[in-house]
Amino acid sequence: MLESIVSYGLAIGGVYALIGITYNVMFTASRVFSFTAGMLGMLGGVFGALFINRLGLPAGVGFIATLAAGAAIGVVTEAVTVRPVLKNLEQHLYVLSTLAFALLVQQFTAIEWSTEPQPFPRLLNIGESMVDQQFWLPVLACATTIVGLELLYRYTLVGRAFLAIAEDSYAARALGLPEQNLRIASYALAGVIGTLAGFAGGEMLLAFFANAPMLNFYGFVPVALGGMGSNRGAVIGGLALGLFQQAANFLVGGIFASVAVFTVFIIVLLARPEGLAGAAVTRRV
Amino acid sequence: MTDASAPSAAATRLAASGLPAKLEAAWPFLTLGVAGACLPLFGDTYWGVIAARACVYWVLVSGLNLVVGFAGQIAIGWVALLTLGAYTTSVLAAGTVTPPLSPYVALALAGAVGAVFGVIVGLPALRLRTFYFAMTTLGFATIVTQVALAWQSVTGGGIGVEGPVLPEPFSSTWGFYYFCLGLAGICTWMTANLAASRFGRALVAIRDAEVAAEAAGISKPRLLVAVFLFSGAVAAIAGGLFASLQSYITPDAFTFDLSVLFFIAILIGGRGSILGPLLGTIILTVLPEFAAPLVAWSTFLYAALLLIIVLALPGGIAALLDYKNRRPLKRNREIVPRPDLLAGVLARNAGVGALTLDGVALSFGGVHAIDGLDLEIRPGEVHGLIGPNGSGKTTTLNMISGYYAPQTGQVRLSGTTLPPRAPHLRAAHRIARTFQTPRLIGAASVLQNIMVGGTIDGRGMFVESLLALPRHRRDEAALRAAAMLALAAVGLEQLAPVRADRLQHGELRFMEIARALMLRPAFLLLDEPAAGLSAEEIRRLGALIVAISRRGTGVLLVEHHADLIFDICDRVTVLNLGKVLAAGTPAEIRSHREVVNAYLGA
Repeated sequence: MLESIVSYGLAIGGVYALIGITYNVMFTASRVFSFTAGMLGMLGGVFGALFINRLGLPAGVGFIATLAAGAAIGVVTEAVTVRPVLKNLEQHLYVLSTLAFALLVQQFTAIEWSTEPQPFPRLLNIGESMVDQQFWLPVLACATTIVGLELLYRYTLVGRAFLAIAEDSYAARALGLPEQNLRIASYALAGVIGTLAGFAGGEMLLAFFANAPMLNFYGFVPVALGGMGSNRGAVIGGLALGLFQQAANFLVGGIFASVAVFTVFIIVLLARPEGLAGAAVTRRV
Repeated sequence: MTDASAPSAAATRLAASGLPAKLEAAWPFLTLGVAGACLPLFGDTYWGVIAARACVYWVLVSGLNLVVGFAGQIAIGWVALLTLGAYTTSVLAAGTVTPPLSPYVALALAGAVGAVFGVIVGLPALRLRTFYFAMTTLGFATIVTQVALAWQSVTGGGIGVEGPVLPEPFSSTWGFYYFCLGLAGICTWMTANLAASRFGRALVAIRDAEVAAEAAGISKPRLLVAVFLFSGAVAAIAGGLFASLQSYITPDAFTFDLSVLFFIAILIGGRGSILGPLLGTIILTVLPEFAAPLVAWSTFLYAALLLIIVLALPGGIAALLDYKNRRPLKRNREIVPRPDLLAGVLARNAGVGALTLDGVALSFGGVHAIDGLDLEIRPGEVHGLIGPNGSGKTTTLNMISGYYAPQTGQVRLSGTTLPPRAPHLRAAHRIARTFQTPRLIGAASVLQNIMVGGTIDGRGMFVESLLALPRHRRDEAALRAAAMLALAAVGLEQLAPVRADRLQHGELRFMEIARALMLRPAFLLLDEPAAGLSAEEIRRLGALIVAISRRGTGVLLVEHHADLIFDICDRVTVLNLGKVLAAGTPAEIRSHREVVNAYLGA
């Protein structure tokens, strides 16, 4: 039992962590919390099943195609739901515009793809291993993403420009950084990471439209608790959430697990609205 | 002072809330009500069910409208309260847990339960940012459905439970419809009353200008709790009716799509309106009936509508209907304050001592914003506070009005220490202020903006406003008259009915002063009121400020226009790097060598 808690918990936790990072990538580029993070995760599963199962593409090609589609949707998200409302950030219109866009995509998927969960293809043609590939793939994807992002932010000029925008977008613009292009790139990157999450966890979560709200919530919990913008918080929080949820699932049943997660989420946020690692904003007047 | 009680003719017309004005506001509702009452003459019972559903939805949406449309809280999971009310009513009426209760009693109890849970679901809004709050309401919606599914002994789990049946004469389709129509009418009436009360205006103030709302003495927690109680109660009652309409409920009946419908009906209707969301609810309920193939796509269409509304028409239906605010305003408007009217606006605050700062210090990180500041503002005097940028002028103002807490030292009024970090308690001490950037409630009219300033002088309670009891009506009449007078005093009465966000910058500055005057302030803190005004406007502003102080109000004036300061101030304090560089009469300051070197220039 312990083995299945750990393997399943870490796997689902890896997916949550990736969705959390998706939130972060969009947030740091634009100070926008976007409802599209969970939708991207859902699309990762649906695109994977569509390209590989329905269209019969090889797994590798299907993988690339899925990520490319994710990037494209990220760019559309930025253009349609973020850029038009960015001027009045304090009105929080992005909450509505991203919610509307996420709902549009989710409903479209439900109608045109299926309202039932569809099987996701087996990705690697290898024999039985110690731990099944559906469990280690999300963890691998998560680790790769974290290492990749670190390398990007630390060692490339584009990555440093990302950081500069995240730190102070006015100053970055004053320095002549192409803020808008970097923001578009960030949303494309978020699209890739989000669909990667859904693709890696596809065998576990299946290709199902209702994964969008589920991932939206459970991907948000770790970043909200860890502090928005912190990828480390997202990974630690995501894995912990996955393990906790699976343990509670096995020990007391799924509904109490959801109630417990939700209760902890509310209590921690009420005690520290900025998250466990975040800093409070003081100046208002 | 005969002029004091004679504002202009336009102002009198506006101040009078006579029968014609009320009829003009009410006719769309009356028309809808009459059309609703006549519906059985035209439609069959199928339409009776659809119309009853629209009424039930509106009962919920009318309450949610106060939360989303007025207070601006993004509560997207309100279906949770519908679910709760549906199950509470059904279970109580069916008698699975208790002896079977009458459906009316069950509905009333569901309302009580809903009120409590409305507060529980809503309370995080007091601490959390918008997106976080949206997420928690979503979480609640998921949890409630899961609990309904799991708690089989009470809710019947996935099998479900029978909805309540109302006794005669409300058991038939049309009978039930009239019951729902009646409730919907009552909800419309109550929320319209509230919207036109000081509570409704305060909600919009919290949404659009929270800081200004605090300065006017509005307590966000108390107000929101009252609104969540009301909106939870009506949502749960709507749930009970929904169960009755469905005749049998399972957790599947309460999909997230319903939440989306409620939420989007409000935004399509327009924030801060009652009629708009009412039309929105009717349209969204009826729309899929006209085209059967659309049913599957309904949520998709709602989402598309939401996106279009947000991007292209943020004001919703209400903005389309608001033809009055599309009429062009007069060009070359002039602001002509009438200081002679101040006698009616400002009561003499007799026996108030000075407002003093004793050795106050505050640093942000390593920056000493204020470093041991002593200041005394006396009633009836204009006290200028000048200094270079970053010398701590606005920080001083924010400390007096309670946004910052001094790390050492005290802020005292007549010798009593004012509580730090409690900006909403300053209004009760008659300390009013304006802001460096005008904090306007853009979607409200100028008159409503001004009336917000007098919120704490209302005597009626939330419930009295809902039911339009006499105290509410007296409050409204008094606030309206006072606001018109304050507007006339600053010279803006012609603009009273105009949306505040259509005003020019200079007009907004005077509007903020009028709003502050509504408190009949003992002390008035003005943060750069002359910034962006023309020379002529500055001269008029100066005369107005002097007249205000001569009525006994102590004025603290933070300003960069040296001429204005030296013209009208009785005393001047010069700050530099958070310390007093010099203090004295304008003449003394003007010849102070260090001040001239550091700030004024030769």
